[in-house]
Amino acid sequence: MAKAELMNYEQALEQFEVVIGLEVHVELNTKTKMFCGCRNDFGDEPNTNVCPICIGLPGSLPAVNRRAVESSIAIGLSLGCSIAPNGRFSRKNYFYPDLAKNFQTSQYDEPIAFEGTIDIEVPSGNVFTVAIERAHMEEDAGKLTHVGGNTGRIHGAEYSLVDYNRAGVPLVEIVTKPVLGAGAEAPELAAAYVRSIREIVKALGVSDARMERGNVRCDANVSLRRHGAEKLGTRTETKNVNSLRSIERAVRYEIQRQAHILAAGGSITQETRHWHEDRGITSSGRPKSDADDYRYFPEPDLVPVQPSHELIESIRASLPENPADRRKRLAGEWGFSELEFRDVVNSGLLDQIEETVAAGAKPQAARKWWTGEVARVANSEEKDVADLNVTPAQIAELASLVEAGKINDRIGREVLAAVLAGEGSPAEIVSAKGLEVVSDDGALLAAIDEALSTQPDVIDAIREGRMQAAGAVIGAVMKAMKGQADAARVRELLIERANAQ
Amino acid sequence: MSDLIKKNASELVDLLAKREVSSVEVTQAHLDRIAAVNGTLNSYLHVTADAALKVAADVDRRRAAGESLPKLAGLPIAVKDNLTTTDAPTTAGSKILEGWVPQYDATVVTKLRNELMPILGKTNLDEFAMGSSTEFSAYGPSRNPWDTDRIPGGSGGGSSSAVAGFTAPLALGSDTGGSIRFPGAVTGTVGTKPTYGAVSRYGLIALASSLDQVGPVSRNVLDAALLQDVIAGHDPHDSTSLPESLGSMAEAAANRSVAGMRIGVIKQLTGAGFQPGVKARFDESLELLAKNGAEIVEVDCPSFEYAIAAYYLILPAEASSNLAKFDSVRFGLRVTPEGNPTIERVMAATREAGFGPEVKRRIILGTYALSSGYYDAYYGSAQKVRTLIQRDLAAAFAKADVLVSPTAPTTAFKFGEKIDDPLAMYLNDIATIPANLAGIPGMSIPNGLADEDGLPSGLQILAPAREDARLYRVGAALEAWHEEVWGKRMIDFAPELKVGA
Amino acid sequence: MASPFAFTRKLFMSELTPDLVRHLASLARIQVTDDEVERLAAQLAVIVDSVATVNKAVEGDVPATSHPIAMANVFREDVVEPSLTQEQALSGAADSDQGRFRVAAILDEE
Repeated sequence: MAKAELMNYEQALEQFEVVIGLEVHVELNTKTKMFCGCRNDFGDEPNTNVCPICIGLPGSLPAVNRRAVESSIAIGLSLGCSIAPNGRFSRKNYFYPDLAKNFQTSQYDEPIAFEGTIDIEVPSGNVFTVAIERAHMEEDAGKLTHVGGNTGRIHGAEYSLVDYNRAGVPLVEIVTKPVLGAGAEAPELAAAYVRSIREIVKALGVSDARMERGNVRCDANVSLRRHGAEKLGTRTETKNVNSLRSIERAVRYEIQRQAHILAAGGSITQETRHWHEDRGITSSGRPKSDADDYRYFPEPDLVPVQPSHELIESIRASLPENPADRRKRLAGEWGFSELEFRDVVNSGLLDQIEETVAAGAKPQAARKWWTGEVARVANSEEKDVADLNVTPAQIAELASLVEAGKINDRIGREVLAAVLAGEGSPAEIVSAKGLEVVSDDGALLAAIDEALSTQPDVIDAIREGRMQAAGAVIGAVMKAMKGQADAARVRELLIERANAQ
Repeated sequence: MSDLIKKNASELVDLLAKREVSSVEVTQAHLDRIAAVNGTLNSYLHVTADAALKVAADVDRRRAAGESLPKLAGLPIAVKDNLTTTDAPTTAGSKILEGWVPQYDATVVTKLRNELMPILGKTNLDEFAMGSSTEFSAYGPSRNPWDTDRIPGGSGGGSSSAVAGFTAPLALGSDTGGSIRFPGAVTGTVGTKPTYGAVSRYGLIALASSLDQVGPVSRNVLDAALLQDVIAGHDPHDSTSLPESLGSMAEAAANRSVAGMRIGVIKQLTGAGFQPGVKARFDESLELLAKNGAEIVEVDCPSFEYAIAAYYLILPAEASSNLAKFDSVRFGLRVTPEGNPTIERVMAATREAGFGPEVKRRIILGTYALSSGYYDAYYGSAQKVRTLIQRDLAAAFAKADVLVSPTAPTTAFKFGEKIDDPLAMYLNDIATIPANLAGIPGMSIPNGLADEDGLPSGLQILAPAREDARLYRVGAALEAWHEEVWGKRMIDFAPELKVGA
Repeated sequence: MASPFAFTRKLFMSELTPDLVRHLASLARIQVTDDEVERLAAQLAVIVDSVATVNKAVEGDVPATSHPIAMANVFREDVVEPSLTQEQALSGAADSDQGRFRVAAILDEE
C-alpha cells in the first residue's frame, strides 16, 4: 500500500473547488437494542448479549424500541429537521458474516427525519451552514475478529470470529447534503461538524458520544471540481474515520490526492477508501459497482412509525439548549476573551468547565485548570480528556484550595497528578501528603530570619526600595518550606520585617 | 385401531374432562397409530413420544388431584416442522436445517405447552413451505390417506395427512398462499387460515412475512375453533400481531345458523378450470345454504386475475430476503468447498447444497423482482395489485357477509404429475391466494367427493379481516347439514389405509 | 370475462438471460453450475413471463400495500429481557472458537 502522490494543499485549492459530504453514525445509549430486549452493551463477554432476534435465528421477529425512536426524533429536531409523519423500516439486503440476517433493518425511502440545517463554526471563527439531508434509524452489525496471518488484519487472515453483542445496537445515521464553499477550511469544517453532532447527541443524553469507542463514527465523502464547473466530481467515501483529528487529516489527504490525479489528467474512481491513522493515508477499498444492489424493500415484519404531532412537540419542548446557543450564553457569562473561549470550544471542554463553575469554581480558574493542565496531560498521554480520571467537582475543589491559599499553583499541579492517579480527592490528597502551605506566620518569620542571617544586606536594599533583592530571601524561604508556602505572604512578611527594623 | 383416534378433538376433550379416558391413553393411542402408519404416510419428520407422554402423565396426575386445567389439557397435537421447538429438531423440510434444535419455542408452541397439550411430533412440509404437494420436502413426500399414490396437498401435507390418517386429532399448520386450506381440501379435513395477525408468527420460520399465518388443521370445524382459541392473541414479539381479541371461535362454531346471511359467490372462481366433480359439489352446497335461509349473491373480483402473478412476485421477493440468514454461520448446514475457500464461497456452496430446486428458483426469482431497475415493474406493481384485490374484496363484502368458492380447482393429483411444471403447480392456489394477499381469514371444509375420482373436494369460506367468527359459524352449519345428508362425517368415507403400500 | 387462469398466458419475452441468472445467483449467494444456469433461465423465463402480467393490472395512481392489515406505531419498551447464554447462542453453529462463531476468512473487503 504505497503512499499516493499528493499535490501541495494550497495549489490544490487554487485549482479545485472542494465538495464534502458527511455520514455520521451515532450509537444510541438505550438500555436495549433496536429490535430486541438484549442489553445494549457490547463490551461484555462475546455472544452473551444476544437472543434469537439479534443472531437472526429462523422464526424470530423484530420489535422496535420506543426509546430509540424518541431519541431519533430528538436528534432530528435538534438538527432542524422535519419529522416524517409516516416512516417505514426497510431491509437492505447483502451478505456479510457480521450481519446476522444478511440484511440490515434500516430506513430507506422514508427516514424519520429529513431536511435540516446546522451552523458550524470553524476555528477561524467563520461559520458555515451545513444542510442535513436526512437522519434515519438502523441497526449496528456484529464485530469480526480476524485471526491468523501476521497483522491481525483481514488480509492474510486464516479465519474470522464473530461476536454479535453489537448486532442490533440502535444507530442513527445523519447524512449531509453536499457541502460547498468551505474552501481551505473544508477539513476543519468536517471535523467541527462531527464535533457539533457529538455535542448535540451528548447534550440530548441519547448517546455516550465517545468517538474512541465507536459511539460516533464518520464516513467522509470528498470530491473536487474545477472552479466554475457545474457538475460535481467523482467522490470517494473514506470509511471509519474515528477521531476529530483524523477526519480533518483524512479530508485534507483526499483533497491533495485527488488534486494530484485530476491535475495529471487522471480520473477518480468512485470507491470506498480506508483511513490509516498510523500512516496518515487513505487506501483503496472496494469500488462501488453494480454488485451494490441492496434490493431494498419495506420490512414486512415491522409496521410504520407515525409519530403524532403531540409526541413531536413534547420531545421538542424537552430538548436541551442548542449547543451553539449555549456557547453564546456561556461566552457572555464567563467573560473570557474571544481567544480563550475559542480555545475552550476547540478543546471540547465546555461541559467540563460549565460543570466546574457550577461546582463553585471561578470561570477563569476552571478554564485554566482544564485547558492548561488536564488537556496537557490528556495530550501527552494521547487520551481523550473524558477518559482521564478527574471530575469537574474535583477540579472545582482544587481551584477552591488554591483560591483559599491552602495550596499554591505548583502544589496544585502535583495534587492534580495525584487525583489523576486515583489517589483521592484534592482535599484528601493535600491532607494525606501534608501538602498544605505553611500559613503559620511564626514559622515563616523564623525562616525569613534564618535567611536574613546569611544575607543581612537584603533588609537595607528593601528599605531603599530595591525590591528585586527580596527574591533571594523568598527563594530561600520557599526552599526551606519545601515549596509549601505562599510566596506572596512570604514577601509581605519580609517587607513588614524590613520596615519594622 | 383404537376407537379413540377416530374421535373428534372436541369429543376427546369431553372424555378427558370427565376422566373417562386418560391423556396417556389418548396420547399412546396416537403414538401407536404413528408407529403403524407413519412409514406409509410420512406425515411426521420427528416423533416426540417421550415428551408427549410426560405431558400426558402430568395432566392425568393433576386432573386426578382435582386441579383446574386448561380446556384442551391432555389433548395431543402435531406441529408443522416450520415452527420452532426447543425439544425437537426443526427443519422446515430443508436439508439446510437438518438436525437443528432451536434455542427457543415459537409463541404458538409455548401456548400449546401452557395449555398442557402433549406434542406428538413435527410434521412434514414442502421445503420452507414452498409447494402444494410436499414433493419438495427434502425428507420425501407425505402421502394422502385417501390414496397413497396421491399428494396430501402442500405445503402442510404432513399435518393434513396426520389428521386425515388419524395420527393426530389436531395439528398446527401455516398458510402463505393456501398451505393449510389446500391440504385440507384434498384430504377431506378442515383447514383454517385466521386473519393475518390473529395468531403470532414468532417462531414460524418465515416464508413470506406479509402473507404467512399460523392456523389450525383438524377434522371438524368445532375442533379448529377450539385450537384457534388456544393459539390466537396478541404477541408483543410479533409487531404485526393484532392488538385486539377476535372473540371465541368455539362459540361461533356453536351458532349453526346462516338464516338471513348473504353468501357471495366469486364470479372469477366458478368458471372454467374447475374439475366438474368439484364444481358439482360446490353447487350442491350453495343449494344447501340457500335452503337453510342464506341469500346467495354473485360478487365480482376482477383483480383476482392478477392474484397469482402478484403472489409469485411478493412471495419470492420476501422469501429471498427471509432465507438469506441460512448462511452456515450461526446454525444449520455448512459445506466447505475444496481448497482454502473464503466465507463467500462457503456460503454459496452451503446454499447450493442445502436448498432444493424450488427454493433456489424462488430465491432467484425474488432477487430479480427486488433488484434495482426491476423493482417498480415487478415488486412495486405486485404491491399495487394487492391494493386492488383488497378493494375488490371490500366491495364484495359490502354485498355479502362471507364469500365462498371451491378451495382448489381439482382433487388430489398424483405424485409427479405437476412437479416439473411450476406454473401448473402454482394454479392449485388460485382460490386461496387472494385471502393471503388481503390478510383476510379463510377456511376450507370437506365438501363431498368428486364423482369422477371419488376423492375429497373442499369448499372455501372467506370473511372480512377480523371476522374469523363468521367462518366458524357458516363452516359449522354447513358441516352439520352435510353430515345429515351423508349420514356420517366425510372422513369416514376414507378407505382403510393400506399400511406398507 | 377475465379469468385468473389467464395467468399462464405469455405477454412478452423474458429478459432472464443466463448471464442475468448467474448475477442473481451470485447476489443470492447460491453457487450454480453452467447447466443449472441454463435450466434456471429457461424455467424462470416462463414464470417471469406470467408474473409480468402485474404490469397490466394497474392503471392510474394506486398505492402499494406492503402490509395486509394496516397498523402503525407498535413499539417495545426499552426494558432488558433475558438473553441466551453464550453456550446456547453457539449451540447450533457449525464451528465456534473463544465464545465466537468461527467462519472462513473474508477476503473480498476490508
